[in-house]
Amino acid sequence: MLKAERREILPRVNLTCVHTDKFKTSFITLNLINGISRESIASYQLISRVLRRGTAKLPDMEAIAGALDELYGADINPNTRKIGELLGSGLTASFLSDDLVPKGENLLEHVAALLGEMLLNPRTENGLLYAEYVESEKRNAIDEIRATINEKRSYAIRQLTRKMCADEKFGIFSEEEDIQAITTESLTAQYKKWLAESRVEILYAGTAEFDTVAAALGAALAELPRAQVGAEPTTDIRLVPVTEEPRFFTESLDVLQGQLVFGFRLGETMKNPDYAALSVFNTVYGGGVTSKLFLNVREKLSLAYYASSGVIDYKGIMIAFAGVEFTKRELAESEILAQLEAMRRGEIEEWEFQFAKRAVVSGMVANLDSPGGIEGTYFDMIMKGLDCAPEELAQRAEAVTLQQVVDIANSVKLDSVYFLQGTEVGNEQ
Amino acid sequence: MNSKTYESVREQVFSEKLENGLQVFVLPKRGFNKNFAFFATDYGGADRRFKVDGEWIDTPEGVAHFLEHKMFDTKDGGNALSLLSATGAQPNAFTSTQITGYFFSGTENFETNLRVLLDFVSVPYFTDESVNKEQGIIGQEIHMGEDNPSHALYYGLMKLLYANNPIRDSVAGTVESIAEITPKTLYDCHKIFYNPSNMALVVVGDVEPERVCEIAREVLPKEAGEQPLRDYGAPETGVPTEHETTREMEVSQPMFMAGCAAKPVSGGEALQRRDIVGGLAIEMIFGSSSPFALELYSSGAVGRDFGGGFESAVGVAYTMFGGQCRDPQSVYDKVKAEIRRVQAEGFDETRFNRVKKATYGKSMRTFDSFDDVAYGIAQSHFHGFDALRGPEVLLEVTSDEVLKFVRENVEPDNMAISLVLPLKPQHEGNGE
Repeated sequence: MLKAERREILPRVNLTCVHTDKFKTSFITLNLINGISRESIASYQLISRVLRRGTAKLPDMEAIAGALDELYGADINPNTRKIGELLGSGLTASFLSDDLVPKGENLLEHVAALLGEMLLNPRTENGLLYAEYVESEKRNAIDEIRATINEKRSYAIRQLTRKMCADEKFGIFSEEEDIQAITTESLTAQYKKWLAESRVEILYAGTAEFDTVAAALGAALAELPRAQVGAEPTTDIRLVPVTEEPRFFTESLDVLQGQLVFGFRLGETMKNPDYAALSVFNTVYGGGVTSKLFLNVREKLSLAYYASSGVIDYKGIMIAFAGVEFTKRELAESEILAQLEAMRRGEIEEWEFQFAKRAVVSGMVANLDSPGGIEGTYFDMIMKGLDCAPEELAQRAEAVTLQQVVDIANSVKLDSVYFLQGTEVGNEQ
Repeated sequence: MNSKTYESVREQVFSEKLENGLQVFVLPKRGFNKNFAFFATDYGGADRRFKVDGEWIDTPEGVAHFLEHKMFDTKDGGNALSLLSATGAQPNAFTSTQITGYFFSGTENFETNLRVLLDFVSVPYFTDESVNKEQGIIGQEIHMGEDNPSHALYYGLMKLLYANNPIRDSVAGTVESIAEITPKTLYDCHKIFYNPSNMALVVVGDVEPERVCEIAREVLPKEAGEQPLRDYGAPETGVPTEHETTREMEVSQPMFMAGCAAKPVSGGEALQRRDIVGGLAIEMIFGSSSPFALELYSSGAVGRDFGGGFESAVGVAYTMFGGQCRDPQSVYDKVKAEIRRVQAEGFDETRFNRVKKATYGKSMRTFDSFDDVAYGIAQSHFHGFDALRGPEVLLEVTSDEVLKFVRENVEPDNMAISLVLPLKPQHEGNGE
């Protein structure tokens, strides 16, 4: 069993420390967590990128890169993740474990100090964030938003999410015009608010003991301003589709392969979600090489190279997707829905159920064998308020019953379908 | 089994060459739940022309990859993916230019899974029906690749750099080339390339090394096969066929990949050292702490995805770099100028030592990834060197050596550029 300890080291700043000597890499993430809003998302995603550009002591990327090289090639990168309708944004550091450093230097302390310096002492000019960095990162962020179209599968999934959750915070993405509207003044104000008001979750996985990590990070973050805030933000989980009949969206681009994406609401099951059962359900439906989607849409009917599904349990939705020939859209669509229908009727073979369960259990256990996997597992448990050891989660997955899976299938409702087709097909219509 | 301890990376590797020629490696990871088994053949997308029984045979593009897909079918009509999934293992496979690898990672029933892996990869079973069916699935995989701008950039560049070498062609082949594949093609290629002496088995995890060998002896064919002679085409000149190629695709802004051919090194420790030297050269010029690359980024000329690499494969080697940018031509010109400057002025010694230190730390950290370790060991075995000596070799490399590499192998006049540009706006997105 892994040894983990979680404690509040500053007001609303929690440190979770997973002690392990299995790895050569140590891992720290600083996560500043806030509710998603159209007003703040673009700024909150931009801030850590600007912070990564230069600090008071290390004024440009060359200076930062030099410092990281000296720390045996430590990496510090901006991170952002959507957790339902919450946004986590901050910095991720990974570095060589202290016991492997040839001269016995203490990398943890240096990396923690550098993280603190980046977070709290950015390069400024007249009391504002450094304008050149703000403008340059705005431009890069806009280029990256535009570039989402380059990868058609992820583009299609994003488009479905946007359209299906158009009136929900989950459908909010950082938009080009929001980024354009950011000024050095507005970003500096958002930065101060971000520092003072965010709930902060810090995770560490590595060889050091809790007290050592707490001392290093406590010193690095001692100047973190803390303000009084109201209730913690939460995610609005909608149990029913927006309209009674599913909504259909189509878009045309110059592509060879069609992208078919389905958005479902998980429904009543989200009133009291059993996360392990949701994982098993998803694995039976579209989560791997023994899933119904893989075996039928791909292997039996040869309609697609990939056909899979994923559950976003924080938000209570499921997304299923396949890359198909334009002319095979209807066939693929009816097959993908027919497979869910079969699950609703309880048509799940014992082996399908057992294989899915084994995959979920094994996946959970295997995750604990990488530093990133440990971070992800603990972060997820913290955000879901699960107070147990990850090994216990695996035991809960063992206990999932077939009936639970069938019940979830019956709870799931189709909300929206999105299809990305070629321009030639589009012109014919 | 032989055992070797690598003090610098704190790992131990057990190895043995079995009677049938199969090379087995086991890297124990004590205290871990996960185990990873990687069974690879020295046969990839580029191995299309080879000599068997004194006769040269030509095969269509995409056979190695097609074979990889079809190996999962078992004689009883089942599928090896399901067999491995029964214990919750995650099975998969891939085909690169050089090798085909089959693997699983799991936490339970390691020995059963290992038997399944060895068995399905060594026993072929193909029918007309199953081959036809796969043409539909792979056809979609090919289309997926063709919609991917990175794929277009890479193969665009390879076609510019090489006139003959099959690295020019997509590993998956084309819809037309895979239509030529029959069960006989697959059986023939399996017989030639999947004989144990052309393969390697690497296991990483908390397992008993001897058991891995015992199981391999039980499951695999007893006899060794011959090492097929391969033909990668007439020798390359190092001069590009043309200097530029352009495609228009559904992308947001121009993207480019440019590079030049390096002198090939055939294998062994010389190849290992050269790959490390080439990697350091790239790091010095394009890496995350290179003043030149940081200036390109800070000035807005390139984005976060800008970077470079050095690769050796199937008798060729090349340096490449690229990313998204508004004005690829200007970035390309700046890179050429920077390389000429480096060739003339040399490297800053202080920075070189720092980059070496950083590269050392990062290379040590890759040992946390079971997949990377296993893949690295198999690949280095096929090339005749010892992957785990990588960090040690790195520490020996001098800046003069890296500079010599840049002077002799990164020639701006021999560079070529592959571009993907956004479509001209004639059909704005329609229909919702």
